[in-house]
Amino acid sequence: MNSYDVAIIGAGAAGASIARELSRYKLNIAVLEKEAECGFGVSKSNSGIIHPGTQNPPNSLKGRLCVQGNILTRSIAKELGVDFQEAGELIVIFDERDLPRLLELKREAEALAVPELRIVDRGWLKENEPNLSPEARLALYAPTAGIISPYRLVYALCENAVRNGVEIHTQAKVENIISLSPARELNARFEIVTLKGTFRASYVINAAGLYADDLSRMAGIDDFTIRPRKGEEFILDKKKQNLTRHLLFPLPSKTSKGILVIRTADGNPMVGPTAEDAKDKDDLSTSDEGLKKVFSSVKRLVPAIDEADIIAYFAGLRPVAGEDFIIRYEDKAPGFINVAGIQSPGLTAAPAIARMVCAMLKKNGLNLRKKIIFHSKRKKPIHLFNIPLSKTQRFIRKDASFGDIVCRCELVSAREVSDAIAGGARTLDGIKFRTRAQGGRCHGTFCTTRLMKILSQETNTPLTAVSKRGLGSEIVKEERTP
Amino acid sequence: MNKNLTCIECPKSCELIVDIENCRVVKVSGNQCKAGESYCLAEIENPMRVLTSAVLGEGLALKMIPVRTDRPLPKAKLLEAMAEIKKIRINKPVKPGDVIVNNFLGLGVDLIATRECL
Amino acid sequence: MLEKDLVIVGGGPAGMAAAISAYENGVSDILLLERDQYLGGILNQCVHTSFGISYFKEVLTGPEYSGRFINKVKAIDKIEISLKSFAVNLTKDKILTFIKPGLIQKLKAKALIMATGARERTREMLHIPGARPAGIFSAGLAQKLINIEGLLPGKEVVIAGSGDIGLIMARRFVLEGAKVKAVIEIQKQARGLVRNVVQCVEDFEIPFYLQHKISRIYGKNRVERIDVARVDENFQEIAGTKFQLECDTLLISVGLIPENELIEMAQAKMDKKTNTPVSNELNKTSIAGLFVCGNAFRIYDLVDSVTKDSVLAGRQAAEYLIRGSGRTIPAGLK
Repeated sequence: MNSYDVAIIGAGAAGASIARELSRYKLNIAVLEKEAECGFGVSKSNSGIIHPGTQNPPNSLKGRLCVQGNILTRSIAKELGVDFQEAGELIVIFDERDLPRLLELKREAEALAVPELRIVDRGWLKENEPNLSPEARLALYAPTAGIISPYRLVYALCENAVRNGVEIHTQAKVENIISLSPARELNARFEIVTLKGTFRASYVINAAGLYADDLSRMAGIDDFTIRPRKGEEFILDKKKQNLTRHLLFPLPSKTSKGILVIRTADGNPMVGPTAEDAKDKDDLSTSDEGLKKVFSSVKRLVPAIDEADIIAYFAGLRPVAGEDFIIRYEDKAPGFINVAGIQSPGLTAAPAIARMVCAMLKKNGLNLRKKIIFHSKRKKPIHLFNIPLSKTQRFIRKDASFGDIVCRCELVSAREVSDAIAGGARTLDGIKFRTRAQGGRCHGTFCTTRLMKILSQETNTPLTAVSKRGLGSEIVKEERTP
Repeated sequence: MNKNLTCIECPKSCELIVDIENCRVVKVSGNQCKAGESYCLAEIENPMRVLTSAVLGEGLALKMIPVRTDRPLPKAKLLEAMAEIKKIRINKPVKPGDVIVNNFLGLGVDLIATRECL
Repeated sequence: MLEKDLVIVGGGPAGMAAAISAYENGVSDILLLERDQYLGGILNQCVHTSFGISYFKEVLTGPEYSGRFINKVKAIDKIEISLKSFAVNLTKDKILTFIKPGLIQKLKAKALIMATGARERTREMLHIPGARPAGIFSAGLAQKLINIEGLLPGKEVVIAGSGDIGLIMARRFVLEGAKVKAVIEIQKQARGLVRNVVQCVEDFEIPFYLQHKISRIYGKNRVERIDVARVDENFQEIAGTKFQLECDTLLISVGLIPENELIEMAQAKMDKKTNTPVSNELNKTSIAGLFVCGNAFRIYDLVDSVTKDSVLAGRQAAEYLIRGSGRTIPAGLK
């Protein structure tokens, strides 16, 4: 049985950030992920906003980590070759009577040290956000808000962690955590029983997203529960990519930041999310009501938004444990750290969470000795859609398969698909999230068969085993074979 | 007895009225061409269909080689014919019209390739 | 920059007919771009009959119909064929860029014919609520999986919409040993040809629900079941009519959209509703010398009509080129 210094449960934004941060040190680290690929839980339906730190209660842990994370994300994105765009956000009011509330938000954010905030007026809005409703009166402008691809960030963190020696085990759902008595085993304090075998570790970090409460209970800590709160999002055609320039928020309510008009890292406008408590943790269904709610709400912000431009929609679940994040070393289960309830702004906060967890480990006896060689950089994957056509020739000349186009809507080559598989993609969704193939307007009608063949060949699995997102989601039932 | 049928001989899809007496077609109306009459006759007395499908190639450029029967076969035999088609392997190059199976299932029709495969 | 008299984008029935027609009308420098490794386009997967009744006066399958054009195109040495070639950019000055394995090529075309066909409308465009598991296919993708790749997508199938490809696939699934549980159409009548309803649905006693819609999809990893409900005149669900069907596969067959993103890129005037270029003449666009034919121009029920349309486009391109060159148009043009 392999023994590790640290086992991290969950390879979402939080788990991946922690893994990558810890990979700077001389440690044996295992990441245990229940899904077929990293980032397939909560993170894959994240909106991708790197929040500036507004709309957090003063003195909250999440507010503090969000502001730090906004700064850290920029350098991590640069190191790991993930695009980060500073878009800026506007929290818009339609009635000057709401100005005191807007000023309060500004004060609260300033208390958290959110930089460069200011109130902008109708004239500014008209000039800088021309499609915003003419009824919008004023807005709180936070220029440090940004956009990133949540899954490409998670993949980059994971790839880089692996490069630095971390083991990632997918389809390794944790079934039980057993505390070992110190007499029996000197180093390992925990035995983690998974569907992929048993792992021993001295420290366990629970970053299990929606299931963090179940995992915590296994370690004997049961003072919180995770409630899934659903958000439905709608993605619009990239033809509308100039619809808005900033991330647009209405005035937030107590429970949610409201329904937003933003855009994805790939430039598609995205509207949503709703915020409804969901009954179970794998209910990712969308609804007619969600569609109506989102569009009636966002049309107030941007009247030009049209349902006819929807090209995709999805739902995600936020893991809600209460008002704030739960990040703590559990004295009752020495060696066990909970990283739970990481809802918005969790993606932004993730790198700051990682640093906080490192400090906790150090404080509680883990010897953090820096490696002499830490590979901080990851080569940015080449995507034809990111490269002007005039420069594409260089890549095609270097490798002919850059000219072998697989996906017509998003311009993805066979080489990019192979690179995605080399980087860990094992499913069609994994290829989609990395390369955008199947993500365009034809939704994979053209490229699915080709992607299946490439995946089957390069991972040496039969075509009937190729799946959308892991076991049970195989694409086809039978193959005619000799 | 009158029965309404849609002719499937061509995409015009003529709506036909068939006059049937003692299980025999006595009159067809609504058809725009002669094919309508013979279609009704067959459809009432012994419905026939051309079967189209694809068979597995072995060591050829195409994995699946499309095929069809050169003439219609009884509709009731379609599934039996399909079961047979699934067993067939083609291992040498074919052109459209090449016979894959002579007198397929003894039904007096040939199974032919419909696409060139090298 | 490389120059070509005529570049045709798309090597399906439309592009091939246009190329042959342009050649027969006097064009002698033609480049035909096809993104697949074979000519023939979507007809390669349409293994069923009946193509060619009006054009060839014969009943043919898709591959037989396209095969005749492939042979003809290949025999004309003035038509250069480039396979695995994706047109990726087009400007209003008719500068086209295409990519193929090992090569990116920019060229100036004196005339262009876009024969880029159509794509299928998707589940996303129907806004069917519910889960998003594996097992949801456009009818055309299912057809490609079965007929080209020899893969069976599912065992228990429901077909949403009654377009011709969906109807054809109902029969194809039954013949492959799957159970087709229902065809569900929101309109009062079938979208596809009546003959396909008869020989693909009625022949196999498949339940056909008109004025019904799929109101929800269930299934965690793979489609498990769907809700079906009757709709009123305004396509709204009628309360109390909902029922469930268990299935592992849902095919979407609700029509085609002309694929004209390159023409749009070139800033030709577009009709947003139909996704086709606006022009006052058949097969033309608002850009002189840029033509469009086949399903990219208008969705046709029959490939025979695509051929007819494309022959005309080829001739128009020839006339445009000959007029531009100052030559007189030879008598007896086709």
